[in-house]
This record gives sequence, structure tokens and C-alpha cells, in this order.
Amino acid sequence: MTTEHLALSDDILMKIEKPARYIGQEYNAVIKGKDEVDVRFAMCFPDVYEIGMSHLGIQILYDMFNHMEGVWCERVYSPWLDLDAILRKEHIPLFALESQDPIKEFDFLGITLQYEMCYTNILQILDLSQIPLLGRERTEEDPIVIGGGPCAYNPEPIADFFDLFYIGEGETRYRDLIELYRKCREEGAGRKGFLLRAAQLPGIYVPSLYETVYHEDGTIASFQPVVENIPARIRKEVETELTDACYPLKPVVPYIKVTQDRVVLEIQRGCIRGCRFCQAGQIYRPVRERDLERLEEHALEMLKNTGHEELTLSSLSSSDYSRLPELIDYLIRECGQRHVNISLPSLRIDAFSLNVMSKVQDVRKSSLTFAPEAGSQRLRDVINKGLTEEDILRGAHLAFEGGWTRVKLYFMLGQPTETEEDIRGIAELCNKIAAEFYETVPKEKRVNGRVQIVASTSFFVPKPFTPFQWAPQCSKEEFLEKAYFTRRSIAEQLNQKSIKYNWHEADASVMEGVLARGDRRLGEVILKVYQKGCFYDAWSEYYKHDIWLETIRECGLSVDFYTTRERSLDEIFPWDFIDAGVSKEFLRREWLKAQEGKTSENCRVKCQGCGAAVFGAGICFAERSQRDE
Amino acid sequence: MSDHTRLRIKFQKTGPIRYIGHLDVMRFFQKCVRRAGIDISYTGGFSPHQIMSFAAPLGVGLESLGEYMDIEVNDRLEAEEVSTPEKKPPFRIHSEILVQRLNEASVPGIRIVSVKKLPEDAENAMASVAAAEYQVTFREGRVPLLFQGDADTIQSAVRDFLALLAIPYLKEGKKGTREIDLRPGIYRLSWEPEKSALFMLLDASSAGNIKPGQVVEALLDRHGQSLAENALKILRLETYTAVEPEGKGERKLIPMDEVGESF
Repeated sequence: MTTEHLALSDDILMKIEKPARYIGQEYNAVIKGKDEVDVRFAMCFPDVYEIGMSHLGIQILYDMFNHMEGVWCERVYSPWLDLDAILRKEHIPLFALESQDPIKEFDFLGITLQYEMCYTNILQILDLSQIPLLGRERTEEDPIVIGGGPCAYNPEPIADFFDLFYIGEGETRYRDLIELYRKCREEGAGRKGFLLRAAQLPGIYVPSLYETVYHEDGTIASFQPVVENIPARIRKEVETELTDACYPLKPVVPYIKVTQDRVVLEIQRGCIRGCRFCQAGQIYRPVRERDLERLEEHALEMLKNTGHEELTLSSLSSSDYSRLPELIDYLIRECGQRHVNISLPSLRIDAFSLNVMSKVQDVRKSSLTFAPEAGSQRLRDVINKGLTEEDILRGAHLAFEGGWTRVKLYFMLGQPTETEEDIRGIAELCNKIAAEFYETVPKEKRVNGRVQIVASTSFFVPKPFTPFQWAPQCSKEEFLEKAYFTRRSIAEQLNQKSIKYNWHEADASVMEGVLARGDRRLGEVILKVYQKGCFYDAWSEYYKHDIWLETIRECGLSVDFYTTRERSLDEIFPWDFIDAGVSKEFLRREWLKAQEGKTSENCRVKCQGCGAAVFGAGICFAERSQRDE
Repeated sequence: MSDHTRLRIKFQKTGPIRYIGHLDVMRFFQKCVRRAGIDISYTGGFSPHQIMSFAAPLGVGLESLGEYMDIEVNDRLEAEEVSTPEKKPPFRIHSEILVQRLNEASVPGIRIVSVKKLPEDAENAMASVAAAEYQVTFREGRVPLLFQGDADTIQSAVRDFLALLAIPYLKEGKKGTREIDLRPGIYRLSWEPEKSALFMLLDASSAGNIKPGQVVEALLDRHGQSLAENALKILRLETYTAVEPEGKGERKLIPMDEVGESF
């Protein structure tokens, strides 16, 4: 089946860049008969098609919804600026790709929240869809607007724009939500009635039913429900049986080149490591693996169903997947004869991974990646990054013997307790790696003459639900000073000619920090900057820092309050009402240990009692049963 | 059959898919042949790619009933792929089976019409394109004055146009504007009043490719008229290759799939 009708006229499609972004029609896109469905769900990634189409989470939910009887889930992404201007000028409502029908006619609009800087694009989507931007202004005619994904772990800055948030993993509770919606519609309960009852479902947060009271200094005095019978705390949803959970075996295959144009195999969810800056490492606890056999089946099935020529693994730390050697052996065997390339992200560099990488990629063209995140061992202990200089140099040594000549290193600047000594450590580490190369590879064997080391730094932004949620963030000036110091330190090294240094812009990191740990009062700021023409803030060329700063001032708020301020240990945070399993007590413990420079063992070595065991799944459960034996 | 066989695939591209550009259609087919389970040959080296050649690129917004691509396949595995309990290898795979399997792996706007086996000495699709035939109509509200007249007026304008010895046209290229002569590349041009359409057979070879829009512009220019933006709806009807029958030496245009044979 197909849709011959397109929402955009030929004139528009001939005028805009990449019309293929807007016509749907991709292989594996799901088309259902409109008379066979009673619930229409528009799933949105608020960024351009090429980014949105590369997101695994949406593919999982798209597949799940479309397996539900009577439900048709379609996709929508942010129109690029050229089409955006046309839609506004000609009052054409934003539409879904599959049916090309206006989003405003849908029952639900689900928006995934992957990074803070997409918040203005949420307003773009709502605006172009001709849906009121504020939840309280919506009527029975408007779709229910749902937010989900990692940024839903602090939904407060965008609470005004959503009718409800789904906290946690999407696999578990949507069926109940859809059933409730049908029931409410049958009973004529209306929008308010539905939201009131949805708020009683596990994992569902209806922001309009909660109220925040602030102290005079701007911190939170209390956060409470304003109606009875809804929970004061909302526990995240967790898929406890990952192996049996739905997985998109027929993912949509785009025509145009997208960021992730390949089969993605999610091997596990969560991470055992517990790096103290990392939000994903906390909110996706407990670690759960998918069975090897199921992954093998899925890989073949998905390759067959898509025709993709590349496959990649998805996880926060692939090296920690317990059956990685078997899985990779299998994939190399099966992919090799099918002309499928394997790309392996997030592997720890050691003899095993180097051996594997030399089999699946061209050593001369590829580079090694290390993410020490901090330059000195002291600071790596503070952030609990269990990677030592010895590990890195040993890995580099092996790699240079194996023919690699390019090394990428990722660091963060501005982490708690950082000193100039730590920053100098970045330069020294790079220098040592270069020296390792010249010692390992004799002159006549150096392919390009010298080793290429690329060090990149990003600026550290403290995130909710991490041990560093209490940490002051650096100011823009401090950030830049640190970057300049890094550059100077690298220039002082003996092997400086082999080292290239990149750093991110500081402006957007400041604003990301404001939004990440922000409260509900920021809703006004986001609305105003959008009205002043800001969106696509995640694209540095379109980010307008001055407008954000000016608007924050206009709203009587301060950047420093959200970023550089030292938070007290007993402060109530805007996101405290969410129960992510990981307890505030545990995070506080980790925060104090960090300041003492003490590390914590990973989940596999020793349970730290983070609280995620409450979900009765994954590594917490596996360990406990082993101990019982 | 030898180890490798070259196949010529004819397909149509119609409907919304007309907004998928040529490079993306190539990417589509790279995946489509894999989904169809066709054991396509790959080049050697560190980054092997499929052996695939497309005839004449079709511009974004144009539809076509006669597109062509060549692929090279490995025969041996081909037969194994389609084995069923009833049909055991070795047996020869048929054109129709391939057409069916490709269509199952395709999208509604791209329909595979035929798959034919090429003789060993045949030139590849891209090199052998000689001409393409188009049907050109005008979008509503954008019919130029000349084509609002009666059939006789239009037909005589077309006749006069074809009677010209040279049709200079200013072509805008990457290196600036240069003048070309359209006349030698217009093999046939006619107006069919019952369809309100121009039909034209034009040079589509890499050396002398002419676009239907250029012909319409040149024709209107003779009457002091010009084309409104996005006024044309263009359907490519067929793509041709040239053959020179033995002995006579006169070139003859035939649809590109007539070079191959069903199997």
C-alpha cells in the first residue's frame, strides 16, 4: 500500500533541499488503512530527518505501536529551515510522513527528548502543527502531547508544553495508556478526565497536576500533587526481560543518507561502570543483557529485511557484554560472506578488541579511540573512570605494533576538583602516546612518517541523577580559560607536532547546563526565545547565545543560579520526584567519595547498593543468585 | 552460463518517489538487490562495492517508465538461493522469478519490469545510452500562450522549429553559460492534441545529452514566450541504445532491454 497524495505541492518539493525528507514512502514504513485504526500516534524526534531517523529508540517504539491492533504510529521530524519558512508563510500544517495527514488530527504526539538543546524545536513542531504551545491551552481537538527519553528525567523546564511525560523505558506501559485512552474516549471523560486517570498509571507524570513552591532564594520548598490519588513520586519504567522485548526486525530504510545508516543491534541496556559524570550510566540501571542466540537471530533477520551493508552494536560499553567474543565471532563469520561491514563502537582498547578490529576494518584508515575523560589519574579517580594510563599506553603500544597510526582521545574540561595539574595531564598523556609510537615503530616502518593524535575536549555539564548533580558548573570564561590552558600545555610538549587539539564551543554548554538542572520557571524562557526566532539550537550555526542570555534576564532568572551555584546536600531538586531506582542517598555517597578521590567498584565486581535492585532484573539479580549458590 | 552473468534490469519510477534523487535511487537498489537475495558481484579490494551501472540519470521530479540498470551476479549461489523442497538445484533461475523477487523487495513507486541477460560483449548501461523519449505536459495554469492555441497552430510551430538547421541554446553550466546547438540532438518532436502533450526523442548520450525543458524553452523563445517556473510535467517513456545492423551501417535506436534476452 502507498500514499499517492503528498502534503506538499510540487512547487514546494521542487524548491526545497532534500525533498526526500518529507515524502515518506521508505521501505518498511508502515501503512495502515485509516478505517482499520482507532488510535493515531505521531512519533517525533525534534531534529532534522537525518538525525531523527538514526535514533534506535524511535524505531523500537514505532515497531511496538504498529504491532498493536488498531494503532497506527507514524513519524515526524523537524522540517529544515527552508521548509519551515514555507509552512509558516503558507499556513500548511505539519504532517506525518506515512499518511501525510496533519499532526493536529492525531490522538497522540509523542516527542523524544534526547538532548536539552532541542527544546525550542519542540515548540517548532507544536507551532507548525498548529497545536497550542502550552498544555493548558489545548482543547479536546488537540492531540495529547507526550514527552519521553533521557531528558524526561528532568522534565520541569519543558513541563508547560507537555500533557504528560512517560518516565523510563517505553516498552512497558504504552499499551495500558492506549487502553485507558480508548476507555476514556468511550466514556466521554474528555482530555482532563483522561489526564487525571493517566496520572495514576505507573511511570506517567502529568505536570499540570503537580505544583512547585519556591523559597525566596529560588530553590524549591516543596513539590506536590494538587489532586488526590496520584503519586507524589513517580518510578521509572524498566523492561525487565530485554531478550523477549519487542525489537524492530524490519526497521524503516531511508532513501537519503542518514547519520546511522545501518542495522543496529542493541546488545545490552545500562552500564556497570558508574562514571560519576554520566547520566546514562545511572538512569538505565540495572544492566540487562540480551541473549546471544536472540541477537544472532536478530542480526540475520534485520540484514535480510533491510538490505543494509553495515551493522553496528549499540550499548553504553560494548566490552562489558559478557558474551562479546562469541557474538563478534558469529558476526564476522556471517557478515563476511554477505559483504556486510561491522562497526564496533565503545570498545575498550586491548588485545582482544585490536584483534577484532583488525579483522573488520582497514587498520590504515581507522583510528583508535580512547575516552580517558580526564588527564590525570587523580581526576580519573574523582570521576570514577576506571581507565589507567598504563591501560592506555599498553593498548596504544599493541595498536601501533598492529599498524594503527591514528589515535583519538576524548576528555572533559571543568569536572569537579579539576586543577591546572590535571589539565596538563591531558597534554602529557598525549605526548606519552606519541612517544610510545616512536619507540614502538622503527623509522623505516612509519607509514605516514608520524603518529596522528587528536585530542578533543568537551565542557562538563552536570546532569540530574548523577553523583555530580550537586557540582557547580564552570562559567563560560572558566571553560575557555581551561581550553586555552590545554592548548598551551599541548604546545609545550616534545611531540606537539603530532598532536592536534579541538575543543567545543562554550556558549551552548552553559545553556545546556541551565536547562539540564533547570526548573519549571524556565518554561517562560524557552517560550520567549522561541518567539524571538530561536530553534535548531543544537546546531551551533543557528544557536543564538545572546538571545538566550537576554531572555533569562528578562524573566528575572539567572544563569549562575542554575549553573555555577554550589548546591547544598539537602537541596530539593526539580527532578527529585522521579524515582529512577538509583537513590539520592547513593548519589550523595558517591559525590562525597568523589571529593575524597575514592573510586567505587563496578556492578560486576561489587554491588554498591545504588537502589536499582528494586527492579528485580539484570545484573543485580544475577549477582544475588550467584551469591546464594 | 559463466561464473558471472550481467543482467539488465528495466524499472519504472512513478508517483511520490520522483522526489528521490538519482544517487539515492542507486543506494535504494544496492539494498533492494540484497533484500531480494540476489547474489550480486562485488569489486575486490578493501572497500568492495557492488558491480552496478545505471543508464541515464533521471532528474528529481521526473517520472519514468523506462529506466535501466545493469548488475553482475554470481550464478552458482543464485541457484541455491531459490531452491525449495520441490525444486532442487541445479536449475536455471528465470527472469520472471527475479522480477518477482525484486518487486517484493521494492517500494510501490519503483516497479521492476524486466530482467534480461546481457551478451558478454554488451556495453554497460551507462556507456550504451543513446536516446530517451519523453512525454511533456504543462501544469494547470502554466500553459504557455503558444500551447493554448489550436492544434494546427501548435503543430505548424513544431514543424517550423524542426525545419531549422540550427537551434542555438544558452546552456548554464558549472563553468558559466555557453551556447549549444539543440537541433542535432532532437530526433523526433511532435504535438499530440488529444493528450495535450509534446512527445520527443532526444539525444541522451553522455556526449550530447539534451533535456526536454531545453527543447520547450527554445521552441517558446522563437515565439517570444518563456516558461513559467516548474511548468512542465515530464515522463520519460523509454531509454534507447543504438545498434548498427551488419552490412548496412545505418544506426538504429532500440529500447535498452532489447539488447538482452529473457532466460
